[in-house]
Amino acid sequence: MKNFFLASYLAIKEVIRNRGRFLLVALVIALITLLVLFIAALGEGLANGNRQYVANLDAQLIVFLEKSDFSISSSRLETNTVKSVRRVDGVADAGAIYTSSTEIVSLPEPLKVSMLGAEPGRPGMPPVIAGREFRGGEAREAVMDRNVALRTDIEIGDVIQIRSTQGTEDEFFDLEVVGLVEGQSYFFQPTIFVPPATWEIIRPQSQSELTSDTPYPNIIAVKLADPLQTETMSARLVDEISNIEVANIETTINNIPGYSAQQGTVQTQGFFTLLIGILVIGGFFQIQILQKVPQIGVLKAIGSSNGVVGLSAVIQIIVVTMIGVGIGGGLTYLFSLGFPPTIPLVFNGSRSLIAVILLLVIGPLGGMVSIIYAVRIEPLKALRLG
Amino acid sequence: MSNIALEVRDLVKSFSLDGATINAVDQVSFQVRSGEFVALVGPSGSGKTTMLSILAALLTPTSGQVLIDGQDLARMNEKQRVKLRREKIGFTFQSNNLIPFLSARENVEFMLRLNGRLDHASRIRSDELLARLGLSDRLHNLPAQMSGGQQQRVAIARALIHNPAVVLADEPTASLDTERANQVVETFANLIHENGRAGIIVTHDLRMCQYVDRVLQMQDGKLVRTYENKKEIRELARGSIH
Repeated sequence: MKNFFLASYLAIKEVIRNRGRFLLVALVIALITLLVLFIAALGEGLANGNRQYVANLDAQLIVFLEKSDFSISSSRLETNTVKSVRRVDGVADAGAIYTSSTEIVSLPEPLKVSMLGAEPGRPGMPPVIAGREFRGGEAREAVMDRNVALRTDIEIGDVIQIRSTQGTEDEFFDLEVVGLVEGQSYFFQPTIFVPPATWEIIRPQSQSELTSDTPYPNIIAVKLADPLQTETMSARLVDEISNIEVANIETTINNIPGYSAQQGTVQTQGFFTLLIGILVIGGFFQIQILQKVPQIGVLKAIGSSNGVVGLSAVIQIIVVTMIGVGIGGGLTYLFSLGFPPTIPLVFNGSRSLIAVILLLVIGPLGGMVSIIYAVRIEPLKALRLG
Repeated sequence: MSNIALEVRDLVKSFSLDGATINAVDQVSFQVRSGEFVALVGPSGSGKTTMLSILAALLTPTSGQVLIDGQDLARMNEKQRVKLRREKIGFTFQSNNLIPFLSARENVEFMLRLNGRLDHASRIRSDELLARLGLSDRLHNLPAQMSGGQQQRVAIARALIHNPAVVLADEPTASLDTERANQVVETFANLIHENGRAGIIVTHDLRMCQYVDRVLQMQDGKLVRTYENKKEIRELARGSIH
């Protein structure tokens, strides 16, 4: 404990008396923090944009068409499959989900959105946070992601117009916004939800599809009676229903087109930024220790132990890293205020927390060599007595 | 008769150089009593700095014994030597003496902190010692804000504040002009005598010998002559003896 107080005394005094120099080091750490946090936030934002709807589903399993490789867009299920799924023992409920993209044109700037067909009250239909759920059948009603409402100033009760290519013709459909849901981005686009029958009519479709008015779901969200029995239930579903394959939510997310590649890219960027951070911080502290060789020699010659010298270096690195990460965090927050909402930055994710923890670790990690060097300095050589 | 604070018995320190063994310190024996101020003089390469490094427990001798306050350095491990340096030895160096980010007062008090003896009374003693060395108006100055002489005086205060058995000074006047060098060594000598410490100063400047009680002259690692007679020491300091 005595060593700790002595080391803290030396470390803090040096930082205070040489605050200009240490502030420069802290600013470098702050810039690395800024970069790492933005990459983390971008990763979280991109991941959210891609997976949010699937991740927030009130379901444990997703049913796909067999051999669709768990790709939502490649999967088209028979209409009666959802009824078959509901009959399987251990299934609490199941809801068909229909996906497509469209464009809201009744705005000064047209806005691309994901248009999802979902059954009210069933898995796949998120909880409404304002207004009400749409009626069933062919009701021309929509529930909208709150992000869309915020970005477009659309309110509950407004009527929006969407454009849909039907065969070779563009057609326009009016939908009344009856409710709002939250955090339901899918495939990088905000979402609107419509009843399945309406979805079948207004979704963009090819000439050959126009002859059919039966909606074929892409996937089915399955809520289990026992949420922990995913493997057993997955096998049971495949056994009892033909022509399907089943995945849990995580597998479904990882098979969203581009999701894994994109996350891998972002994580690689983050990793290399941290690696560069370790090298830069390590270099700074190593140069500093080299400059302090005579000073460390004096400390040891007058009776400071290696413990005090080493601990002092560790405390100093931790303090400077914390200051740097603090400044970096503040800068990141300030910069984030100026970014447009179209850039997918999310700072409240676990990634930001992990990034901050990693940043706090890279200082001591980077300074490890300099700490070892400091401990090994021989006072005799440092003072040029030998 | 005062206590023997430092005793050196048949001390040898050998180095290998190009396959040959060189005795930097060769069969040296002497004693220093508490309250006695001794100069270690000799030309470059005579072994005086090696001797000082051994006395400071920074270098291990090849053979022989060094006893500081009765404790044999040869029987100590590194941890015990660090403790000995902290508690029993005061040290001033030629340069880079002070911790650059601590003020004059903090540099002196640091020695007390190291020994876990910093309290109100010791703080007052530290300020008094600095005042005695003419540094009352420099208590809050950092080393970079002080002259070389002032820095040396702070180092002297630091070397004495914890009441060590032995105070070692390696060329403390090397970077000072004659007037400042005289002031520093005279003050040092006075404090050694007043506080009853054993002091050893390594110097190439024989004029500084006028303030010491005894001069040990080294050459080629050997102790070749000891001056104890006041008259002889004065003549040595004046340059009458070579």
